[in-house]
Amino acid sequence: MEKQWEEMSSDEKQEEMFNRWLSPKDSQGNGLKFQSPQTEKAFKDRITRIKDAIQMKKLPDRVPVFLAPSFFPVYYAGITPQESMYDYDKCCMAFKKFVLDFEPDGHLGAFVPGAGKALEILDYKLYSWPGHGVSPDASYQANEGEYMKANEYEALIDDPSNFFSNTYLPRVFGALEGFKMLPALTGILEMYGVAVNFIPFGLPPVQASYKAFFEAGAEALKWIGAMGAWNDEIAAAGFPIIVAGFTKAPFDVIGDTLRGTRGIMLDMYRQPDKLLEALDRLTPLMIKMGVGTAQMAGHPLIFMPLHKGADGFLSDAQFKKFYWPTFRKVMMGLIAEGVVPMPAAEGRWTTRLEVVQDLPKGKTLWMIDQSDIAKAKKTLGKVACMYGNVPSDILAVGTPQQVKDYVKNLINTCAKGGGFIVSNGAFFDQAKAENVHAVVDTTKEYGVYK
Amino acid sequence: MAKDLVNTLADLKEQEAIEIVKDRLSAGDDPFKIMEDARKGMEIVGKRFSESEYFIPDLVYSGEILRVVTELVKPKLTKTTESKKLGKVVFGTVAGDIHDIGKDIVVFMLDVNGFEVHDLGVDIPAQKFVEKIKETGAPIVGLSGFLTLAFDSMKETVEAIKAAGLRDKVKVMIGGGQMSDEIKNYTGADAYGKDAMAGVSLAKKWTGVG
Repeated sequence: MEKQWEEMSSDEKQEEMFNRWLSPKDSQGNGLKFQSPQTEKAFKDRITRIKDAIQMKKLPDRVPVFLAPSFFPVYYAGITPQESMYDYDKCCMAFKKFVLDFEPDGHLGAFVPGAGKALEILDYKLYSWPGHGVSPDASYQANEGEYMKANEYEALIDDPSNFFSNTYLPRVFGALEGFKMLPALTGILEMYGVAVNFIPFGLPPVQASYKAFFEAGAEALKWIGAMGAWNDEIAAAGFPIIVAGFTKAPFDVIGDTLRGTRGIMLDMYRQPDKLLEALDRLTPLMIKMGVGTAQMAGHPLIFMPLHKGADGFLSDAQFKKFYWPTFRKVMMGLIAEGVVPMPAAEGRWTTRLEVVQDLPKGKTLWMIDQSDIAKAKKTLGKVACMYGNVPSDILAVGTPQQVKDYVKNLINTCAKGGGFIVSNGAFFDQAKAENVHAVVDTTKEYGVYK
Repeated sequence: MAKDLVNTLADLKEQEAIEIVKDRLSAGDDPFKIMEDARKGMEIVGKRFSESEYFIPDLVYSGEILRVVTELVKPKLTKTTESKKLGKVVFGTVAGDIHDIGKDIVVFMLDVNGFEVHDLGVDIPAQKFVEKIKETGAPIVGLSGFLTLAFDSMKETVEAIKAAGLRDKVKVMIGGGQMSDEIKNYTGADAYGKDAMAGVSLAKKWTGVG
């Protein structure tokens, strides 16, 4: 008899999540129809190769290869980032061309550009995007700010959802200003609570904000319809997407978009206890976010973009006190539910490697950028599969021969014993197509385990 | 005896530093001297950063303490705190890129090391760099960028400097995110600085003080 989810160990849960990924459903919830038995085999071979690399129990048939671009597929297809954010058909065309032309074992889907019109409806302030603060041929970029004030930790800790809906959202979305007038929904308790607490919903600014909310929702639905159909088509052609969704390290939640880099750094000195309490408060929310998405997608890999933990951003003591404990808790919470956290250590993390290797073996998948890769293999690489390290500079201005030499050297340094996937190390926009081909082709040629 | 503002600030003791400044102001101390001590404190902060004793949060916090101190002293300042500068540097994040954290750190380090930095900000078109070089006569230009799209913007900026006939009058350094010596060659810049300290060393070397 099959075990119920609740009765499974975390190992069994992870195995079950991989099984779901191996037998995918289409966007309508039915079993995915592959183009041919060959593409079905290619799809399953690719996932098995990735799974073996992650679990570190047996060697894959060869070193897998990922391509994790930012807007590169858009430039490669000859459209602008602006077009890719507003014309979903063009976006899908570009990313389809990218996957089919380069044939990586794993790709990130067509999600990077997102739904430009929804951002416009909401008047999103946290990012500048093509045509809104940056030129039509540039990628979107974050506008840092103190979207949460230094004296608002209590409000966040008391009721994170209420803080988000009534304070944070109105600040980052101009069209949601009206939400400042919303009541706390936990006040709707009794007969007399109903009328009183519904008053704000009748006010014109609140209704205007809800109107924008619904319009953005309709646009997001249109976008996900295009993305879902794209995923079905590309999976049916044999190419698995490697990310089901994302979550974050609590320190980055506060440091990136709530308090900002400057804000959180001052808080470490001026109100460390409040900061620590808020990090704890966000931890279960970040676990639920990752587990929920993985369950919904039937896919074990949850991406975690890491930012403020990189070398130099914190001292060793600050990293151990403020960044690592709740980051690790989030990963352990995901692992317990069969999810494979995929932290992306962009930039340099060389000084963190010894700390972050305190993880169970075969349960995480790390993107490594410019960290000392030989040291990474000897530390983190003992317990975790790593991907990345092919640098953006040679992809953009180097030659295919340089790329080939780099990848061969990388395979020699890291692939022994498994637990390694060749990939670019940072999400890139600019690159020469022949150099991107060289990453994939060299891996397929030299990465075979004998 | 007044406590030592230089070391209190260098040790990032915010409250104590503010108390000292208030005490010294009410005792009628020369506000110019107070600012001079604050500057010396910041110099030590920069030194500790370059020796990996301090990290980015320490720089940010020291900058914040300095801001508070400056606000206290400013109303009493009769003359400006013009100290002799080592040389002028024009600095900015190149066109299309709006990242500023890395740029701000290098600007901070150049400043505490005695350079007069003209920080243009982010997303700066090539022509703006050219204009600022002409206006200030700065012999050093720093181009910052985080994204791979900055590769081409940097190249265009160096070309614009060349087209304006200024290329042999300035030294250009690049840095940030995905920059490297490879990209330095691509852009036609003179040097790549791996971090803020490398940027300071380059500037010192180019002005003949390092």
